[in-house]
Amino acid sequence: MKTKWKISPYLYLLPALVIVTAFRLVPIVMSFILSFYEWSIQGTGKFIGLANYAAMFKDPVFWQSMGNTFWLVIIQVPASIVFSLFFAVLLNKIKYLKSLFRIVYFMPFVTSLVAVSIVWKLIFNEQTGLMNTFLGYVGISPQGWLSESRGIFLMMFQDMGITLNLPRFFHGPSQALFGIIIMTVWKGLGYNTIIYLAGLQNISKVYYEAAEIDGASKRRQFWNITVPLISPTTFYVLIMTTIVSFQTFAQIYLMTDKGGPLNTTKLIVYYIYEKGFDLLEMGYASAIALTLFVLILALTIFQRRMEKHVNY
Amino acid sequence: MNKLRSTITYLVLTIFGLTMVIPFIWMLSTALMTQSEFNKQETLFIPKEEYHVWNHDGQQDRILLVMEKEETSIIHVLGEELDIVSEYQQVPSSEIELIRKKPSFHFANFVKAFKKVPFALYFYNTLYVSFFSLIGVLITGLLAAYAFARMEFKGRDFLFYLFLSMMMVPQPIYMISSYVLLDKLNWLDTYNALIIPWTANIFTIFLFRQHFKSLPKELFDAASIDGCSVFGMLWRIVIPLSKPVIATASIFSLISSWNSFMWPLVMINRPELRVLQVGLSYFNQEASTQTTLLMAASTFSIIPILILFFFAQKQIIASYAKTGMKE
Repeated sequence: MKTKWKISPYLYLLPALVIVTAFRLVPIVMSFILSFYEWSIQGTGKFIGLANYAAMFKDPVFWQSMGNTFWLVIIQVPASIVFSLFFAVLLNKIKYLKSLFRIVYFMPFVTSLVAVSIVWKLIFNEQTGLMNTFLGYVGISPQGWLSESRGIFLMMFQDMGITLNLPRFFHGPSQALFGIIIMTVWKGLGYNTIIYLAGLQNISKVYYEAAEIDGASKRRQFWNITVPLISPTTFYVLIMTTIVSFQTFAQIYLMTDKGGPLNTTKLIVYYIYEKGFDLLEMGYASAIALTLFVLILALTIFQRRMEKHVNY
Repeated sequence: MNKLRSTITYLVLTIFGLTMVIPFIWMLSTALMTQSEFNKQETLFIPKEEYHVWNHDGQQDRILLVMEKEETSIIHVLGEELDIVSEYQQVPSSEIELIRKKPSFHFANFVKAFKKVPFALYFYNTLYVSFFSLIGVLITGLLAAYAFARMEFKGRDFLFYLFLSMMMVPQPIYMISSYVLLDKLNWLDTYNALIIPWTANIFTIFLFRQHFKSLPKELFDAASIDGCSVFGMLWRIVIPLSKPVIATASIFSLISSWNSFMWPLVMINRPELRVLQVGLSYFNQEASTQTTLLMAASTFSIIPILILFFFAQKQIIASYAKTGMKE
């Protein structure tokens, strides 16, 4: 019996190990190597050291994509957390129709990003879209949405009659990108809400009963019991949503014209795709991919550290 | 909870619930409109239809009204396909009637979309890829998780953490190198490129391992005394006790391969190997002005997943809810 167990574990592991090694480990290592090469799909590459990285740091479009990605993440992640916690708290309170609401909120999450992007592209259409129709009902003039390249902060200040004289980055995400953020929050809301709902159900009723006796208001109960005790879930949602936001691709591919207008919706993964598969600069694209990887890794580690500090 | 509070809660949930479904309702209703109705922008959700007919000699013809006057009007008479069969006829105005239909569903869009785009082929490709990926994921997952959970061997923990750390690497990071790799293997533009790299899923292995570890040790001791082999234990004990977790893994695998987009977009060029999502995205580029057909096609593409979702919603939602739990 004992001797049999020595070889057989590896046999059981073999199929998964082969696939994971060949199609995960090898490509990850390869993309590291590729980033030091000038590589297009025909022929073999040429070793150029750090030239790809040097070019990347001087590439204005790279920096713009990074800036766009920054705005997307910095708005989308908190918005997702706030909205999904809000809905989870409401769903946790009600007695009737709970499962109906859960289905409704979860529906966008299971449907394909492609179909949903196509629909939202039409929703944001300046002339024929649903968004401007609804805005019209509440007296807001039609917006350009996916065709509007001005930043949303700039637009807000312009409405107040103030001109912003700041570098472009500080104009905020373009309205086009903001539209994509709205759609992406909408798409992922159901999943995060369900995760929060499961977390809320794990909080013992005892705390609320004790707070009730002490005369704490509902609001205080929320801030002093719910928020701290749900924080492990919040960190999970934070980490997952951050990682997923950095990877936004399909929306840009389907809803915008190659990251337009004026590159304001060009996100980093879309730029990797464009460089790698449209322009066939695969070495350069790998350098960007590696940079993105390091960035995501650093952020994840930072968020994990933070979690250890605040965990209750 | 008092009544007012509860009413507000339901109200807020309903309003936001509507924002969740309105895009889908709009997609469906646009798919059921004629293109001219959509372009007119008068209809929001319920497709309607307005047209003139000419009643004469006990029959009714669809017409296009060119000029309407008190006594006589000028019309084009339309045929079956709404093409003009007779131009500039003068007829008495009393014989002309305006027909209003609401709702009027234009199901022909679905037929037209199906004729324009080889959806049957895309469905077939998607099902083929999803099915074989699923089989692969289950086999590799069950075997590997069994080893990780119930066997002791050198390097087990190292390998497990290596797997876990690779799970955290986002797909776009290794997309380009995978393309180069598949090119070297001559697998680009084949089913292999779509299936083989996805026949092992680290998250599934992780999921199975957690479950296998929770099975009582006594079961295995008893089976071992009865002379059951190691593989026999997996087959006769572990798998029958793991049906819910296998169902969960299958749901994740099916939904993710059905919805997978960037990978097949990059790896496949041949139109006859396109999966549904990629086919739809090409249609999106070609048919940007044919809104109604595009919406019909999009509706098509989400129906199978929505059916699966509605039938197994409890299980699906519960499965996803568990992904956020810490062990």
